[in-house]
Amino acid sequence: MPSNGIAGKVAVVAMGCSKFGERWDASTDDLILEAYQECLSTLPGVTRAEVDAYWLGTLSSGLGGLTLSRAIGSDDKPVTRVENFCATGSEAFRNASYAVAAGAYDIVMAVGVEKLKDSGYSGLLRQDPPGDGTAPEISMTAPAAFSLLDPAYCERYGVSPNEMRAAMTHVAWKNHDNGTRNPKAQFRSPVSPETIDSAPRVAGRLGVFDCSGVSDGAACALIVPAERAYEFTDRPMFVEGLSLVAGSTRGSMDSSFDYTTFPEVVKAAKDAYAQAGIDRPAQQLSLAEVHDCFTPTEIVLMEDLGFSETGHAWKDVLGGEFDAGGRLPVNPDGGLKSFGHPVGASGLRMLYEAWLQFRGEAGERQLADPHTALTHNLGGRPGSCVSFVSVVSNQLRHRD
Amino acid sequence: MTYGLLGYASYLPHYRIPGATLGLRKGDRVVASYDEDSTTMAVAAARRALRPGEMPVALYLASSTPAYADKTNAVAVHAALGLPSDVLAADMCGTARSSAAGLLASVRGGGLVVAADVRVGRPGSADEKTGGDGAAALWFGDGTPIAEFLAARSVTAEFLDRWRAPTSTTGSQWEERFGAQRYAALIRSAAAGALEAARIADADHVVLACPNTAVIKRAATLVKGQKSVTTSPIGHTGAADPLIALAGVLDIAEPGESILLLSAADGCDAIALRATDALPGLRQTPSLAIQRSEGSAVSHLTYLSWRGLVELEAPRRPEPERAAAPPAARAERWKFGFNGSRCTACGFTHLPPLRVCRSCGAVDAMIEVGMAGLAGTVVTYTVDRLAFSPSPPMVQAVIDIDGGGRCTLEVADARPDTLEVGTRVRFTFRRLFTAGGVHDYFWKAVQDNAE
Repeated sequence: MPSNGIAGKVAVVAMGCSKFGERWDASTDDLILEAYQECLSTLPGVTRAEVDAYWLGTLSSGLGGLTLSRAIGSDDKPVTRVENFCATGSEAFRNASYAVAAGAYDIVMAVGVEKLKDSGYSGLLRQDPPGDGTAPEISMTAPAAFSLLDPAYCERYGVSPNEMRAAMTHVAWKNHDNGTRNPKAQFRSPVSPETIDSAPRVAGRLGVFDCSGVSDGAACALIVPAERAYEFTDRPMFVEGLSLVAGSTRGSMDSSFDYTTFPEVVKAAKDAYAQAGIDRPAQQLSLAEVHDCFTPTEIVLMEDLGFSETGHAWKDVLGGEFDAGGRLPVNPDGGLKSFGHPVGASGLRMLYEAWLQFRGEAGERQLADPHTALTHNLGGRPGSCVSFVSVVSNQLRHRD
Repeated sequence: MTYGLLGYASYLPHYRIPGATLGLRKGDRVVASYDEDSTTMAVAAARRALRPGEMPVALYLASSTPAYADKTNAVAVHAALGLPSDVLAADMCGTARSSAAGLLASVRGGGLVVAADVRVGRPGSADEKTGGDGAAALWFGDGTPIAEFLAARSVTAEFLDRWRAPTSTTGSQWEERFGAQRYAALIRSAAAGALEAARIADADHVVLACPNTAVIKRAATLVKGQKSVTTSPIGHTGAADPLIALAGVLDIAEPGESILLLSAADGCDAIALRATDALPGLRQTPSLAIQRSEGSAVSHLTYLSWRGLVELEAPRRPEPERAAAPPAARAERWKFGFNGSRCTACGFTHLPPLRVCRSCGAVDAMIEVGMAGLAGTVVTYTVDRLAFSPSPPMVQAVIDIDGGGRCTLEVADARPDTLEVGTRVRFTFRRLFTAGGVHDYFWKAVQDNAE
């Protein structure tokens, strides 16, 4: 059964986003407060007391609702903490949106936060329940799991390793280049293709610059019923589609799975597009913020999200079609490559870029007349993932 | 009542330290990889010794370097072999003599005796240079034997030749010539007793194992063999030593020839066997000589890090959590036996086994399928330089198993330069890591072209 969706029912009327990076200066509470204060500061008429409920997304920076209520000193309001791999921040937004669409609350805040740099380790840490010691995830790192895409894609589509390397390098170059124009990004220096190509290997052919960084950050969104949106701001952002797919993990056991696609992403996109009335995403979207955890991931996503023909994404990437000035800018804010990936915050950080673009507040990154945006997250690993897709727009619209 | 020998095999690990780097004039040292221990090598040897469907009535694991104390190591071997729960599995741990005890118990009551050892010497020591790591298995029971048991004789004597604190990985030895003198008399006495009981003047083949290298050097002068007097080709391997050496003779003995095994450790155990007509058809492949000639070089430094004698810089990643007892017990048939489940409704194979079919949704319509003895093909693979590993980088591969089933496994004894999509693999029982004192045993893939 297709999703009914909540198109046209809720709107975002304020957002906040902390600076992302190695925030040795800031605790989890500080990060939350930084995003929260920016969010409420844009709405002088709204105080803490008027927010009815909160959804908090964090993978590992705190347990329970108190992680948020403690940080902002909220007064005995409901706080729901959610976790869904790398889609955690988006999951907070999705469920908060549903609460408003259901009429349960009028003003709800979705918050995402992650404080990764305090661990002292590279990459993400897993907090697995006690296990039998056989799961590949306990030892195989995320870059290793995603590095499997590269040779598989080359094999299936007859792409030479050098061509694929060039496409991967272009993704890293593009997203870092976009990040140079974003004051909130972790990495703001341009990175040359030569530097990307010669970086130390992490796993398979993935070098350091093929991997998203590790950072701290927080972001949040204030969500209200669509019909009340203009009471708060003259430029609200409307939710048109929200979808989430948790795969059956079949791919990890299925000999027909070939590591060149994420079926979970294809399904999530189809669902979100149907809700939003989108049938030609490459033409109808103004920008897309996608989960560029590793460079080959972004290449495969261009196909799974319907931006490129199957087997052609590498060519479209090299042709600059997803560059800031291309036919569909992808990750114009710099993506995970420039922001790092504080898991709970990333999904809301993507929505924050759509928010800024729609309002004309994206500074040097401002696109001409953006009206519809996609945000996307991917969690887990090829064969066994969760995927989130949203479609948001700058006005309530009715598509044919 | 005694039982005949029904099967045998030796297992030598893949790695060799070039002799030149150890101060040896020639040859090399056979060493177990970082993910091997006496338990995993015992599994490797036992899997070679048992043919499909063969079920010994008991399993004895002999080792001077057991992976655990206070926990029976033979039980993990039992689980990896998929033996029925009513088969006794017991350790005979402590010294090089333990395997002779297991052998005699198997001769007299039936059973599989597996001996395995990872011998460690202090860097630069004679033990480091002249020891070796390996395993061998013999199994005795009803059936057509490849060798008949003729007679056994044991003599015991208390004197100090070798010793090691139970908490230490490296041991000590008294002046070698003292022990050699004592052993010479014990060997002659045991040999004479066994030969007399077997009503043989001189055995065709004599196999001598002893932790005292002066004895090994004099082997041919101590006991006469009409056709051969041999010792282990890999140096002293603790409890595995006599069984590995015997495997080498079983590789070549002709039907009707007698074999006298002499294991001299704190006494001497002499066991006389006679090869039967069935032996030539059931010799192990590859032979011990071929196993000895194969392998890949490993640097001395890497080896020392494997044994914990030097600590190398690790990737900035946390060590994995120890495997938890209840989940590991629930998953015994998977974790130790490498059994998956196959849907009887649609045939989809699940690794690890699942109750709900990922293909057709049928619930609890599964049959168990064993994967350990099958082969597979690499679908894709990666070299993971970030992962925690006792010996980075970690190599992992996605594998399609012949007959159905896909899983992601680490590659053991990996040679990334010859690993590619389409490489054929088999499966080997290894130790992924040790955390909290708990060894995490599971299966890995091993390249067919690496053997």
